[in-house]
Amino acid sequence: MEHLIELKDVYKIYHMGDTAVHALDGVNITVDRGEFVAIVGQSGSGKSTAMNIIGCLDVPTSGSYHLGGVDVSTMDDDQQAEIRNKMLGFIFQQYNLIPKLNVLENVELPLLYAGVPSGERRQRALSALERVGLQGKHKNLPSQLSGGQQQRVSIARALAGSPSVILADEPTGALDSRTGREVLAFLQKLNAEGDTVVLITHDNSIAVKAKRIVRLQDGRVIYDGDAHDPQALVQPGEEETQEVGQL
Amino acid sequence: MNFSQSFRLAVKSLMTSKMRALLTMLGIIIGVAAVIVITSLGNGMQKMMNDQFDQLGANLIQVQIWGRGEGSRTIEPEDMYALAEKYPQYISGVSPYVNMYQTPTIRKGTDEYKRTSVYGVSEAFYDASRNQTITGESLVQGRFLSYVDVERYQNVCVIGDYLNQELFQGGGLGKTLTIGGTPYQVIGLLEQKADSTEGSGDDVIFLPYGNALRLNASATVSLYLFTSTNKDASAAAKGVIENRLFKTFQSSDYYMVMSSAEMMDAMNTMMDTMMVVLVAIAAISLLVGGIGIMNIMLVSVTERTREIGIRKSLGGKRRDIRSQFIIEAGTTSAIGGVLGIGLGVLMAQAAGALVRGLMSSSGGGEFNAIPGVDSVAIAFGVSVAIGIAFGYLPANKAAKLNPIDALRYD
Ligand SMILES: Nc1ncnc2c1ncn2[C@@H]1O[C@H](COP(=O)(O)OP(=O)(O)OP(=O)(O)O)[C@@H](O)[C@H]1O
Ligand SMILES: [Mg+2]
Repeated sequence: MEHLIELKDVYKIYHMGDTAVHALDGVNITVDRGEFVAIVGQSGSGKSTAMNIIGCLDVPTSGSYHLGGVDVSTMDDDQQAEIRNKMLGFIFQQYNLIPKLNVLENVELPLLYAGVPSGERRQRALSALERVGLQGKHKNLPSQLSGGQQQRVSIARALAGSPSVILADEPTGALDSRTGREVLAFLQKLNAEGDTVVLITHDNSIAVKAKRIVRLQDGRVIYDGDAHDPQALVQPGEEETQEVGQL
Repeated sequence: MNFSQSFRLAVKSLMTSKMRALLTMLGIIIGVAAVIVITSLGNGMQKMMNDQFDQLGANLIQVQIWGRGEGSRTIEPEDMYALAEKYPQYISGVSPYVNMYQTPTIRKGTDEYKRTSVYGVSEAFYDASRNQTITGESLVQGRFLSYVDVERYQNVCVIGDYLNQELFQGGGLGKTLTIGGTPYQVIGLLEQKADSTEGSGDDVIFLPYGNALRLNASATVSLYLFTSTNKDASAAAKGVIENRLFKTFQSSDYYMVMSSAEMMDAMNTMMDTMMVVLVAIAAISLLVGGIGIMNIMLVSVTERTREIGIRKSLGGKRRDIRSQFIIEAGTTSAIGGVLGIGLGVLMAQAAGALVRGLMSSSGGGEFNAIPGVDSVAIAFGVSVAIGIAFGYLPANKAAKLNPIDALRYD
């Protein structure tokens, strides 16, 4: 069976004047349905670049990217938008809710762009909100909710369109540790229910909640395997393994 | 697809910053209001003039004759009567219409009137079956000039309501007044036509045209009034009159035939042209308003870069983003248009009342500044169109934003 996500020999090269920055330097990653993968690495290692490509927000300089068996690495703006709408659910560090829309309208957005009729849209958005435990808050504005609640709204929004992959970029970065753990637990629950989750983080203590870890350094994959292998947490030049031990 | 949400969002964001919204819409409001005021006043003016023409007789044809100076080529009133008899299908009435070179003094005892309009006409000037003269007066008492009065230069006259009230306290029939020193007997009284003041349409005297010519010390009638059977026949009537005059004078330089219908058309064309010019000037304000909207939309796109990025990441395509901002611009300008229409109607009413006040003293027709349904509809349509046209550039800018850059924007 084909892989859900398949990055083959992906390069992303930024040209800054005379120098070329290899943000991704020949990356191969595959993710199958039902996996929970954490992409980790130090600052500048290429995590966000990888996430943008996996999220169809950007295209690689070279190499190929197949999502659900379809080559999306050469698509134009609007084609990518359609893929994002149908196959991907984003969870951002800054929640990225639209402040002027209420919770329900925010969650409805991906369905709106998918052309779902209004009755069904409302129904699906409400059930997504119920899944994250925010029933009854649908008329609030984002500013009337706590950070954790806002992040749950953004998870509901990611779920509403029933995507194939949930992409979370530092989803706990703006939350206190307790709320952060709740959000992580929620991602684990989603994964247990069958959703595919790709989590991006620089924090080992978060990465270990995933089933599998892909570690990047200078745009290259330096580890790809079980999250519980001690090797997965070795950060070259750092002692972060000990921190994890305290958890 | 997401029209209703875009529309609601637009209204919401306008409501949250009312001052900014008002300033944005100001150009549109002023432009639309100006267009409404101009068209309302223009329509009112046009309607009033048409009413006045109708009152005067839309079927009226004036024939001015200068003559050739040589005795052999002249037009007599009989020639004109004969013409009317020959073409009854076009011409329903004709009469000489002698104006005074110098307004004669009207006197009764020691009372003197120097502003009275005195006209010399024939018995054909009055149509007894309709109780109406060619220029629209009606009799209330007595009779009009007869064939015998005209033929024998009788010193009789028909007077307007003003003179009847002023000189005779309403009981003028059979009484005598002097016109330029000659005593005349009043044989008919006219119905009040205007506001019965000095110099108005009620300060008027009709006497036999021969007598009027004598007062003028001239021999020939230089002005005739014809009536056509109806408005549509007026062109044909004008044609036969011109042919007849050409037969006598062998040149079109010695007379002029003007029909009211024609003059009305000419006047209406002129008014229309003037209105188009004025509206075009007012439209410049609409252009400025459009630029104002474009400006604020560009600001809005920048302010909402992150929102655009979010929408794109969730699957918003270029056309979704574009239509969202275009709807927003269109909504802004449409609301501006509605406000402008409201303001314009109010201002037109005020201006109309002002003009009415100025004109009542001179006894003109009824003036109403009415905004036409079509001009309101066009004003609204144009404002929406302006919003869409000037919103397109900012909307397109938003649509083309790169989602990654937009998401990262603070
Ligand atoms: N738009 C860009 N133009 C030029 N260089 C870029 C651009 N985006 C990223 N880079 C470079 O590519 C490399 C990888 O960046 P990336 O943002 O993927 O790192 P990261 O792993 O997400 O880091 P962090 O944990 O700090 O977010 C960095 O060296 C960065 O400077
Ligand atoms: Mg990053």
